Amino acid sequence: METEILARIQFAFTVAFHYIYPPLSIGLGLLLVIFESIYIRTKKEIYHKLARFWTKIFALTFGIGVVTGIVMEFEFGTNWAVYSRYVGDVFGSALAAEGIFAFALESGFLGILLFGWNRVKPWVHLVSTIGVFLGSMFSAIWIVVANSWQQTPAGFHIVGEGMEARAEITDFWAMVFNPSSVDRLTHVWLGAFLAGAFLVMSVHAYYLVKGKYIEISRRAFKIALIVATIFSLGQLFTGHQSADGVAKNQPAKLAALEGHYEESAPADMYIMGWVDQENQEVSGIKIPGGLSFLLDYNVETPVTGLNAFPEDERPAQVNAVFQFYHIMVAIGMTLIFLTLFASFLLWRGKFFQKKWLLWIFVFAVFLPQIANQVGWFAAEMGRQPWVVYGLLRTDEAFSQAVSDNQILFSLILFFLIYALLFTLFINLLHKKIKHGPYEEAESDETPFGGTLTHMIN
Amino acid sequence: METFLGLDYPTWWFLVVGGLFSGYAILDGFDFGAGAWHLFLKKEQSRRIALNAVGPVWDGNEVWLVIGGGALFAGFPLMYATLFSSLYIPFMLFLLFIIFRAISIEFRGKEPMLWWRRLWDVCYSISSIMLAFLLGVVLGNVLQGIPIDENYQYKGGVLFEFLNPYALMTGFTTLSLFMAHGAIFLLLKTEGRLFAKLTRLLKRGMIFFMVSFAVTTLYTLIYIPHLSDDFKSNPSLFIIPLLTFLSIANVPRLAEKRKYKWAFLFSSLTIAFLLVLVAVELYPVLLRSTIDPKFHIDIYNAASSTKSLQIMLTIVAIGTPLVLFYTIFVYKTFWGKVELDETSY
Repeated sequence: METEILARIQFAFTVAFHYIYPPLSIGLGLLLVIFESIYIRTKKEIYHKLARFWTKIFALTFGIGVVTGIVMEFEFGTNWAVYSRYVGDVFGSALAAEGIFAFALESGFLGILLFGWNRVKPWVHLVSTIGVFLGSMFSAIWIVVANSWQQTPAGFHIVGEGMEARAEITDFWAMVFNPSSVDRLTHVWLGAFLAGAFLVMSVHAYYLVKGKYIEISRRAFKIALIVATIFSLGQLFTGHQSADGVAKNQPAKLAALEGHYEESAPADMYIMGWVDQENQEVSGIKIPGGLSFLLDYNVETPVTGLNAFPEDERPAQVNAVFQFYHIMVAIGMTLIFLTLFASFLLWRGKFFQKKWLLWIFVFAVFLPQIANQVGWFAAEMGRQPWVVYGLLRTDEAFSQAVSDNQILFSLILFFLIYALLFTLFINLLHKKIKHGPYEEAESDETPFGGTLTHMIN
Repeated sequence: METFLGLDYPTWWFLVVGGLFSGYAILDGFDFGAGAWHLFLKKEQSRRIALNAVGPVWDGNEVWLVIGGGALFAGFPLMYATLFSSLYIPFMLFLLFIIFRAISIEFRGKEPMLWWRRLWDVCYSISSIMLAFLLGVVLGNVLQGIPIDENYQYKGGVLFEFLNPYALMTGFTTLSLFMAHGAIFLLLKTEGRLFAKLTRLLKRGMIFFMVSFAVTTLYTLIYIPHLSDDFKSNPSLFIIPLLTFLSIANVPRLAEKRKYKWAFLFSSLTIAFLLVLVAVELYPVLLRSTIDPKFHIDIYNAASSTKSLQIMLTIVAIGTPLVLFYTIFVYKTFWGKVELDETSY
């Protein structure tokens, strides 16, 4: 196989695996801050238990996030040497800022968050938790800024030619606030909050279905549901902003998202569909003129189509980009419906009696995860054939010195070790969930809560 | 070229990267070193204590690697690109072991079965040993130079060329240095019979280091003359090897007197001095080409633009005091002997 394809598969695989964990850490971080703040304000032990329980799961996701993240950084140099040389000058400041302001902050305070419960005062512990949470938020800032610069480069000029060419920074703030970074960052943050909130809801819905830890689970579920409802709705807004930005800055990508080939054709919006790349046709359920309306509030406005770009300057995998994007949107809508419905029932005091709905929430944990993954796949595949939009082609960016066999070797290696890592992650998560929020000697407030299940186990 | 306080910007960034690498080597050095001794400790309780000595800090220590790597990428993108793509296999193995090590730490304590714990003990120890060794191997290749052409592309063999005799020597030297350093760290964290056992292990570690270091130094002086050129042309630089030797000699002396805090300080200083020595030997070159000196990668042809370096130096100047503040705070919180509780590994 070709070196370029192998390098791309390796990057896609390792980054997709990595991206299971940081969103969970960010989202759980937010909930930990909330649980712990409530504990400090109300002094109710139940919130303390909740915070400690979720800290253990947080530790798991954080640890895997760090090690799989080091892989990503190294891969820039090992597999994408030309790219590294090209973008180093621009990414430099973003990376330096991430390292110093974000990563050091989260990892520094992590020790106290995980192991400091008995060693520092509660408020010092809360400050540490906030430190870790803010650190992970800052991390997201710099990574998304760097990626957004690849989508919509700004604040730079090109120096040198051919193999020597590279981008040099001219304006730091223009680079940081490049046209897509704010929209994409908020979209990523909210996606992360949803991943965390849905994990919390899933675990506690499971306890409730099983009739365990009722009191603590109801409280945790309520808090997580509020978080999830707010941010599901928020995602509608940030998603729209992102799409607007793509229309303005990356017309080829927008056209691929909706499988729109001819500018003269009506720009429809599909609920679902299939792109026939051969005949340049989309079949499916559509809202006529929907895309035009979304961008300009007028169903007649023409939208640039894929055919406006030379064949080698637009994404080749139009159907894949189309599907990924539509899965993301569909999940987003589902989450809004689900959280609003649950909130309504909760407000009417009817939620916790509905076992079938609790079961849905047990499995709904996969939805934001899938949406996060396919959203990134749409964003990155939609940017092709460019690694830096309009400037550096992906097929010119990989390491010339590395052979396809080397990449194949490392790809197999990563595949094996990530399979092991994932198995262990699931196994440990399962154990922690089974163990529950209480130690052996303690019990839930409800008579048949913790104690009974401990006796059975 | 623009300068700041008499030094040009690439030189400033060279100092920043050097400082970060030293910080990383000192910090992850003791936890790799501690891990390397793991199988020498036989009792379950001893192994748990040793593991929990690094428990609260290993994650934070690895962050220095991320930051150091990022700093190299940011300031000298050409160096980052060429070094990582040339030494593909050792870097991939490094990643493999760093993941294995994290898995071992996280998962060892999760099941009570003896075979389970033994399995992860072996993984933990071997990956700690290999990580220290591979860092040394990369250093050896950098010191010696690698075949790179006029486009700064690697032209050497793809599989095991990185495992040359000199790289093996620097690999063992790094491993032994980290093991001595790690043993001292564990001494600060333990008591009783485990403590007594570690004092004996430390002696062995120091002998291992002295021998490896002597052999490597001798080989360097005889076979890799370019590494001592700077010292011959500028005798005042001899102060650095002199300080290094004094610092090395001080470690066993302080250990003998049971002043382990001081010994730890000096083993840390030894690591820093050795890296200063490396930096002086290389500067301003970063990666030598064994094909033609014209193809050397140095801090000038590899550097990012002055503008970029200025921005990054500003960020570092603002951020470093913050990082130091909370690093010290965290270490103070966990200062003293290991106490196992329900949050431990």
